[in-house]
Amino acid sequence: MARQTASNSSSSRKAKASTSSALPKLPRAKALKATGEELLEYYREMLLMRRFEEKAGQMYGMGLIGGFCHLYIGQEAVVCGIQAALKKGDQVITSYRDHAHMLACGIDPKPVMAELTGRATGISKGKGGSMHMFSTEHSFYGGHGIVGAQVPLGAGLAFANKYNGTDNVSVVYFGDGAANQGQIYEAFNMASLWALPVIFVVENNQYAMGTSVKRSSSEVELFRRGESFRIPGEAVDGMNVLAVKEAADRAVAWCREGKGPILLEMKTYRYRGHSMSDPAKYRSKEEVQKMRADHDPIDQVKQRLLDGKDATEDELKAIDKEVKAIVAEAATFAQESPEPDPAELYTEVLTAY
Amino acid sequence: MPVEIRMPALSPTMESGTLAKWNVKEGDEITSGDIIAEIETDKATMEFEAVDEGKIGKILISEGAEDVPVGELIAWLLEEGEDASAIDSAAAPAVAAPVNNDVAQPVAAAPAEVPAVLTPAADEALPEGTTFANITVREALRDAMAEEMRTDENVFVMGEEVAEYEGAYKVTQGLLAEFGDRRVIDTPITEHGFAGLGVGAAMAGLKPVVEFMTFNFAMQAIDQIINSAAKTLYMSGGQIKAPIVFRGPNGAASRVGAQHSQNYASWYAHVPGLIVLSPYSASDAKGLLKSAIRNPNPVIFLENELLYGEKFDVPEVEDYTVPIGKAKVVREGTDVTLVSYSIAVGFALKAAEELAAQGISAEVIDLRTIRPLDIDTVIASVQKTNRIVCVEEGWPTCSVSSEISACLMERAFDYLDAPVTRVTNVDVPMPYAANLEKLALVKVDDVVKAAKAVCYVD
Ligand SMILES: Cc1ncc(C[n+]2csc(CCOP(=O)(O)OP(=O)(O)O)c2C)c(N)n1
Ligand SMILES: [Mg+2]
Repeated sequence: MARQTASNSSSSRKAKASTSSALPKLPRAKALKATGEELLEYYREMLLMRRFEEKAGQMYGMGLIGGFCHLYIGQEAVVCGIQAALKKGDQVITSYRDHAHMLACGIDPKPVMAELTGRATGISKGKGGSMHMFSTEHSFYGGHGIVGAQVPLGAGLAFANKYNGTDNVSVVYFGDGAANQGQIYEAFNMASLWALPVIFVVENNQYAMGTSVKRSSSEVELFRRGESFRIPGEAVDGMNVLAVKEAADRAVAWCREGKGPILLEMKTYRYRGHSMSDPAKYRSKEEVQKMRADHDPIDQVKQRLLDGKDATEDELKAIDKEVKAIVAEAATFAQESPEPDPAELYTEVLTAY
Repeated sequence: MPVEIRMPALSPTMESGTLAKWNVKEGDEITSGDIIAEIETDKATMEFEAVDEGKIGKILISEGAEDVPVGELIAWLLEEGEDASAIDSAAAPAVAAPVNNDVAQPVAAAPAEVPAVLTPAADEALPEGTTFANITVREALRDAMAEEMRTDENVFVMGEEVAEYEGAYKVTQGLLAEFGDRRVIDTPITEHGFAGLGVGAAMAGLKPVVEFMTFNFAMQAIDQIINSAAKTLYMSGGQIKAPIVFRGPNGAASRVGAQHSQNYASWYAHVPGLIVLSPYSASDAKGLLKSAIRNPNPVIFLENELLYGEKFDVPEVEDYTVPIGKAKVVREGTDVTLVSYSIAVGFALKAAEELAAQGISAEVIDLRTIRPLDIDTVIASVQKTNRIVCVEEGWPTCSVSSEISACLMERAFDYLDAPVTRVTNVDVPMPYAANLEKLALVKVDDVVKAAKAVCYVD
């Protein structure tokens, strides 16, 4: 008898739960579109990231950059598209693969490159290096080396926005490998519980060092990882900057309206090794080649520009040249700047008070 | 102007490599991103991508060349419209390698200078006629795991990239092939989770060897290590054992910045219920890791990335083990004791050589085990030399050196003719810049100075 009641009440609870528990959903995707001007801007920005990273790789090979250096080549559309949906004061935080995120935030390439060479003019005065760069001026909060650690920090930035009553959102980037760290789910729970304005962006480039998503994850649809915290998620073609921008627009609006966190899974790909020292034995050359040939984010925009007659080959060449010059200037700056003053070793361990 | 293609550095510690394969030949057109060559180091084979576009004008280093130094000119790339004659004019004005050696190889070079001859301690006397194999620390560690896995079915290895990738630093090379994926297990990036899972498996009677890609990431897992692994035997009144080894590289590497350069020896040494080992030589790495795997307690096994490629003589005896809890006098002397562990033993040995040249006889002790600390060996030395300098690649505050100092105050005060001195890294997070990193790390020179100071000579 008692058992009967118990099971009744639990099934009615279940029934009720399932009607009210339909997961919140982002509004539906709109058609992808962009003006010629926007396309040209995306092209220029992504090209800057690509050329910057190629130069960084080259300088690493020359011994001018030390330690770890993780290049973003192939993934440019993700930060480019998301940044285009943000406004001043929105914060960004990411992992060690951070150079392009900084360029997307509008940070001058010169102090970024100079940080890579460890010079006094670097954005962290040479004390941080490739993995640890920050800019409070541009609301860029790093640059973190411990896989997953930036995710609760990003939720904290969103907490501050809500606490202060601003309508800013924070964007937290993390990798597919990072998606298995426990602290991410602790952050998910709090972000949802307290309706924090945070966009969680999984940059699913399919590998964490040499481990593919299916070798590390019981649920490979990473956009579903927020479901048990009632965080709506969506998979996005992260090689197409227009798709990224479109999804980001909806996610930003959602967060600004106070509806809580969102999870976007960006399907993307890194062309280069995990870091400069990568044996590259875990995937085939054909796989990489196919991605580059069929899905390159920069080529896609270029094609769109040409097809729509929004730019001519010559105009694009002129942009290429201009970007190359910016990167060359950054490289020269980074090589010619002096090393930090030895006294810097002891400063900034604690804030003076 | 033809563009130089130089031997790239593909890892923080790479100094030279084998040019295993050219994927292009002279005359080939390439664009940026093309894989033009394959390069091998002791760690891995890596692909070398073109940065610029153009035509391969001339290949200067042929396929198969070994020990090609980083920064060496290996080929010329011709730009649009140029032919090979452009190379001669470009090559003419003596093109100096643009590599700033200071920047390229800061601390990585240091251990190479270190003398490798170690006298085995008396209790490890080897049978007459023992032969030695000159192998790297990396191979010694792998051999230790493989030998223990062969003899004990309960031993398994788990961690990030340990199986298919064969270890981020190639320490588990060959283990998957020999033991299969039941016993060599790739984990997701989830340190707190797999450390806890490992402790649970150990409680159930297995003997996990858990690799942390580096000990910096073990901070994610430190609660399970201390609260679960270290304390459960005590809390359960002796019922629950946790025979587990946590191992991986510890300490600074090269230019990897504040979050990836830290020495955890004193953190773990603080905790009752843990054994903490931190060998320097390949023979100790092998012998101690075997002892660690057999030990029924949780063991923290601290390696050092910069030592992985260093070669030492390892005795070719069957089942070579080194006892836990025993320090080793690695150089005998009479004037001053230098006590150290891990990579800093190399610095101490180097300092001892320089001191010898200046007429000071230094005795060098490699602690090898940090907990339980073999303070008796240190005291015996101090009774002879009456002076001691602790040498540690780590922060000074609450360090292993601090502990030694405290123990000597309690037990050897009357034998000391000078204050116990600590020579350590500078008390700041590790900076990235090459010059600052060099300043932050413990140096041979500082050891020499400190030794002279306690001997009251200048
Ligand atoms: C806690 C922690 N564990 C391990 C590492 C070593 N590590 C650095 S990056 C990385 C792979 C991360 O992959 P993913 O999250 O997919 O990001 P991606 O590198 O692809 O951008 C690992 C294992 C680390 N830095 N921190
Ligand atoms: Mg990834």
